[in-house]
Amino acid sequence: MTELRKVVIDDLEIEVEPEFTLLQACEQAGVEIPRFCYHERLSIAGNCRMCLVEVVGGPPKPTASCAFQVKDLRPGRDGSPPRVSTNSPMVRKAREGVMEFLLINHPLDCPICDQGGECDLQDQAMAYGVDFSRYREPKRAVEDLDLGPLVETHMTRCISCTRCVRFTTEVAGVEQMGQTGRGEDAEITSYLNSTLDSNLQGNIIDLCPVGALTSKPYAFTARPWELRKTETIDAMDALGSNIRVDAKGSSIMRILPRNHDGVNEEWISDKTRFVWDGLRSRRLDRPYVRKGGKLQAATWDDALGAAAKALARGNSAAAIAGDLAPVEAMYALKRLMEGCGGKVECRVDGARLPAGNRSAYVGNARIEDVGRAGRIVLVGCNPRVEAPVFNARIRAAWLAGAEIVAVGQTADLTYECRHAGTGRDSLTALAQETFERPDADRTMVVVGQGALRGADGEAVLSLAMRIAGQGLGMLVLHSAASRVGGMDIGFNCDGGIDAALEGADTVYNLGADELDIPEGPFVIYQGSHGDRGAKRADVILPGAAYTEEHGTFVNTEGRPQLAAQAAFPPGESKSNWAIVRALSSAMGNPLPFNTIGQLQREIAEHHPVVASLDEIADCEWRPLPEGKLLKGEFPPIIENFYQTNPIARASAIMAELAASSDRPKQVAAE
Amino acid sequence: MASKFSASRAAKYLVFWDFLSGFRLGLKYFFAPKATVNYPHEKGPLSPRFRGEHALRRYPNGEERCIACKLCEAICPAQAITIDAEPREDGSRRTTRYDIDMTKCIYCGFCQEACPVDAIVQGPNFEFATETREELFYDKDKLLENGDRWEAEIARNIEIDAPYR
Repeated sequence: MTELRKVVIDDLEIEVEPEFTLLQACEQAGVEIPRFCYHERLSIAGNCRMCLVEVVGGPPKPTASCAFQVKDLRPGRDGSPPRVSTNSPMVRKAREGVMEFLLINHPLDCPICDQGGECDLQDQAMAYGVDFSRYREPKRAVEDLDLGPLVETHMTRCISCTRCVRFTTEVAGVEQMGQTGRGEDAEITSYLNSTLDSNLQGNIIDLCPVGALTSKPYAFTARPWELRKTETIDAMDALGSNIRVDAKGSSIMRILPRNHDGVNEEWISDKTRFVWDGLRSRRLDRPYVRKGGKLQAATWDDALGAAAKALARGNSAAAIAGDLAPVEAMYALKRLMEGCGGKVECRVDGARLPAGNRSAYVGNARIEDVGRAGRIVLVGCNPRVEAPVFNARIRAAWLAGAEIVAVGQTADLTYECRHAGTGRDSLTALAQETFERPDADRTMVVVGQGALRGADGEAVLSLAMRIAGQGLGMLVLHSAASRVGGMDIGFNCDGGIDAALEGADTVYNLGADELDIPEGPFVIYQGSHGDRGAKRADVILPGAAYTEEHGTFVNTEGRPQLAAQAAFPPGESKSNWAIVRALSSAMGNPLPFNTIGQLQREIAEHHPVVASLDEIADCEWRPLPEGKLLKGEFPPIIENFYQTNPIARASAIMAELAASSDRPKQVAAE
Repeated sequence: MASKFSASRAAKYLVFWDFLSGFRLGLKYFFAPKATVNYPHEKGPLSPRFRGEHALRRYPNGEERCIACKLCEAICPAQAITIDAEPREDGSRRTTRYDIDMTKCIYCGFCQEACPVDAIVQGPNFEFATETREELFYDKDKLLENGDRWEAEIARNIEIDAPYR
């Protein structure tokens, strides 16, 4: 660590790292510098010139504070610390000049622009703009790009900050955007007019400081000031991205990312961002009971009565929990099944996660550790589709010099990766190689669910743990938001999903739509969408989706986070935990909690690991006993990124994206 | 204390002076022009800035002016305006719903001040009493119809007022 430097910013003396830019130093001093092109998580471009400051005693021109480091400042003649002024007449004049130039070619169409009300240019023009224009010549007009079904472009509004270009190349890892021309002819374009081929592309909408890139599905439907904003947690993948859900009335209009350095930084995947239209269609909004082979609408009393009768009659019941179930609902259901002697299981995909050993089903590494790793071993996972934001982190580590080795199916991960093989024998060889390497202590292992689905899942996990044991640790990359929470509260039984369903004559299905329940048992389906699970059901209890109830989700690194209610569940549907509680009353044995607060307190008492919100509980590293590996390849687990859960399958936008991702890409002729 | 005798007061008293001056005033106003108007048949003058019934205007080519920017909805202090919007088939930004609850409206005129395209205006009409409350919940069709009906007057008023804006 180098010595801190003293610098005086507007008469306030502070000490900062010499590598800091002037902009960062000003921020530390509590002075906000206007900016368009600078972004904390992207490289520095220095092309908007809005962040000009005056270096007192320095060059006689203003300095771009985003591109000037503190260590390059010269101290005063008498050895006094260098001075920076951010509000001198020179700075103000310079910024007003820059603003006037930016506004020359920016159209005056704020009333029809979706960015209106949350536009950086609008806000900064209020501070540095003048109320008249000296420009009499024709304004420039630019043809719009077709970037696909998600991002709408209005390139005339572009101020050439190049944030979108830097994001797609640096973070998303697709080199499809660029800037051509100079001066007034400078244009942002996509290579050969191709549409963006990334599942992180929605983030350029947030990055764009003006209304040049806006959301196509959200177009013109709402204004930022009329939206009710709720900070909550995403359930589309196991990463637990922090999101903000914007609702107008009862409908959710859009989903935006929130910053969380440890989880999603400030990016979210396109599935997370654009899935909201799936929350409106194909909803189960009233209970149904199957009569005479057909599902018929019923009252809650009838449906709960039928479910209670089936559970009481059955000799053996089983409850399974799907990918989107919050911890509260699973815990309530587990208590209910304990009351009637049934089995519970949350590993519906058949992954052999070892029950009770948190260090094995979560791992001991954190998502943030990716940044410190010198070598990342991906075992049976394709992070680009299983957790795109996590993949962006691996890409950042690769850019910083980490070596990426993958065992499993080959895929384009947006970074170079040494493919060591597809199957278990390659993993054994890789383990041997790792033990002999000098940098074994900087190795991090990421194990996907594809590697754990075989009968030898525990043996694969054991081998991964041995590789990781000498290094930075292991992270089990889950594919479902509910999985870790389910394992934490013991929502599992010996033998996994097959043993749970075998011989069960009543199956309580809490939103598991990715598996077929065999013919025979009476099925009670509780969920939000009319998907595969509802089709096979004998009783349907309509539940809330992840944006419609309070609930805890534990992410893939074992971080419990609280999702908040952003809208009300439609029609007669109710919170999932409340349905289970109501069913317990109908069975004559009510569960001992009446509010979600009581339920959460009870969970905290029995399972403290899921109660410490936003903290990853320390767990003892308990390597699994070595097992015998079978033969064969690790299969991919996600067929289509955009169709992984009932909400996404109900979404028209996701269906369109899924259809276009199946289509073969047009490749330019060499 | 007895009041002092006054000859002029006595003379006025004898000739019924107070009655005469009262008659004179009455006769003056009898022949003077009337201050009242015979309302349904006659109407008083209105300022071009008069804020009456709302109307949504169109451009001369028939295209509706409103672009669904929602500034009127945002500024309305009585929250009487409700707007829904989506892209029209040709991709332009238009309202699918523009409702004004005229029972909530306080006729402050902020909506027409906020409108960047002079689409929502308060026209000169003040005679829109209805028999039922529901008839005062105006929708987009009603407002556009008002606009078509009053366009000549509205356009003239805007033109007269233009130099002062």
